Amino acid sequence: MGPLINPQQIINGLQLGSIYALIALGYTMVYGIVRLINFAHGDFFMIGAYAAYAAFFAFNAMVAGRTGTLAFIVLVIAMATSASVAWLANKLAYKPLRYKPKLSSLITAIGVSMFIEYFFSAFPAIGASYRAFPEIIPRRDIHIGPAVVSNLVLIDLAVAAILMIGLTLLVRRTTLGKAMRAVSQDKDAARLMGIDIEMVISFTFLIGGAFAGAAGLLAGMTYPRIFPYMGILPGLKAFIAAVLGGIGNIPGAMLGAYIMGIAETFASAYNSLIGEGIAFAILILVLLIRPTGLLGEKIADKI
Amino acid sequence: MLSVKNLKVCYGKIEALKDVSFEVPKGKIVTLIGANGAGKTTTLRAISGLEKVTSGTITFKDRDITNLDAHKIVPLGISHVPEGRKIFPTLTVKENLELAGWTIRDKAEVRRRMEEVYDIFPRIRERANQLGGTLSGGEQQMLAVGRALVTGGELLLLDEPSMGLAPVLVDEIFNQIVAINKRGITVLLVEQNASEALDIADYAYILEVGYTTISGEAKAIAEDQRVREAYLGV
Ligand SMILES: Nc1ncnc2c1ncn2[C@@H]1O[C@H](COP(=O)(O)OP(=O)(O)OP(=O)(O)O)[C@@H](O)[C@H]1O
Ligand SMILES: [Mg+2]
Repeated sequence: MGPLINPQQIINGLQLGSIYALIALGYTMVYGIVRLINFAHGDFFMIGAYAAYAAFFAFNAMVAGRTGTLAFIVLVIAMATSASVAWLANKLAYKPLRYKPKLSSLITAIGVSMFIEYFFSAFPAIGASYRAFPEIIPRRDIHIGPAVVSNLVLIDLAVAAILMIGLTLLVRRTTLGKAMRAVSQDKDAARLMGIDIEMVISFTFLIGGAFAGAAGLLAGMTYPRIFPYMGILPGLKAFIAAVLGGIGNIPGAMLGAYIMGIAETFASAYNSLIGEGIAFAILILVLLIRPTGLLGEKIADKI
Repeated sequence: MLSVKNLKVCYGKIEALKDVSFEVPKGKIVTLIGANGAGKTTTLRAISGLEKVTSGTITFKDRDITNLDAHKIVPLGISHVPEGRKIFPTLTVKENLELAGWTIRDKAEVRRRMEEVYDIFPRIRERANQLGGTLSGGEQQMLAVGRALVTGGELLLLDEPSMGLAPVLVDEIFNQIVAINKRGITVLLVEQNASEALDIADYAYILEVGYTTISGEAKAIAEDQRVREAYLGV
């Protein structure tokens, strides 16, 4: 079978897409609610990977042998850590600039990103070099015809699917979700309903951060090498996925991320340099052909 | 019930309100009339906490609410129907109304008030599951008033409810405002449509480039020669 119709590539693409999707959702939700491209978001992903790393060594002995329990604890800690950092970044860096010109927050976001990356590198316990990510769940391969599906693939897909379904239910069905959509559409009107918009914005950062944290853990398990700058490229690609889907649009971010994951996997199979560059080619194409993205419309839910 | 004293509000260097003072007595309809850019919207936005006040005071039910956050003012009992209605376009009519009950703990009460809104505006009931953005201008105005009724303030701020509506609809909206007032809700009505507003109001204030100038009983204001020339076109 030629590389272009290889089912293995599709599986790998979906796996990569799952990780991009979890990151892209944070970009898109935050953009939807405060119209900010949070360049530090890729670093929340990196922090999730490191939090998972630390949590593994902290709890490994304690729950020895019970892999599922350990993985769950690690997931919760990764999500909670990234969520806290995202929440803090909003409180300290973005909130004070909320009603200032957009450019100030954008530059601040770049500043926050660099701060996190350099601080992590300089911090002796972390350091700038690569670390091997521990095998939290031992890899097992399942052969289906010509394709190999590892248990990690299934875990990545399942965790992403559960989180995305949960998010969709939250945003569609709950009052808080409706408030998030309301704030993303019209802040003044939301305030006149008595909604504390800063609370809703904080909550959005928490969710976005938590998703990035989960992605950090999954990426660590799947591509077991972590370093303080690991968030930059996946962050950029996930951002492009969000733009591809229509920034501000939740289903769009999911769709864009899976397209991106599959495109990148196929392109890499062809040539690894093209694989790295395909995201940026997609960005340019989207901006030229359909700047609103696939699902972005004039009156789309900007959240 | 509401008392505004020497209110000053600035947008950057622009002083939109320079010295605005007025009173809204409980149970009455008070109208604030002024030309484009006089500061009517700014006044309402300052009252409901959407705009920061530079100086002056706003007192509601004997409580100083100057510069309180909007989401803290709403539960005190002020509902604001903003200029341009500001319906959430991709939320359904029903969801728009539900959100208006955000500060009310008792969700059964929210549902009861929504039923009331549906009774007052049957057109809104018919469109309950339609997206807010697909409503006509008149329906959006009804929904905006409906949201304020669900929020349930004792004081209703209305910013040009007649804007962009056909004359029949203007009459309907004004009739509803009178009906709402009869149920004990105090109304502060901002209008350019001066003759209609003076018809239903008890008191009126004229706002001119950031100052409240002429004031009095609506009937007297409607007879005032200066007002007749400037705002009633006679
Ligand atoms: N966000 C803003 N930034 C700067 N200036 C503003 C802003 N909003 C209003 N203004 C200015 O403040 C003044 C009062 O505006 P306001 O909207 O309160 O008038 P208005 O009486 O409601 O007018 P209209 O009848 O046209 O609605 C105007 O000169 C306007 O240009
Ligand atoms: Mg106005």
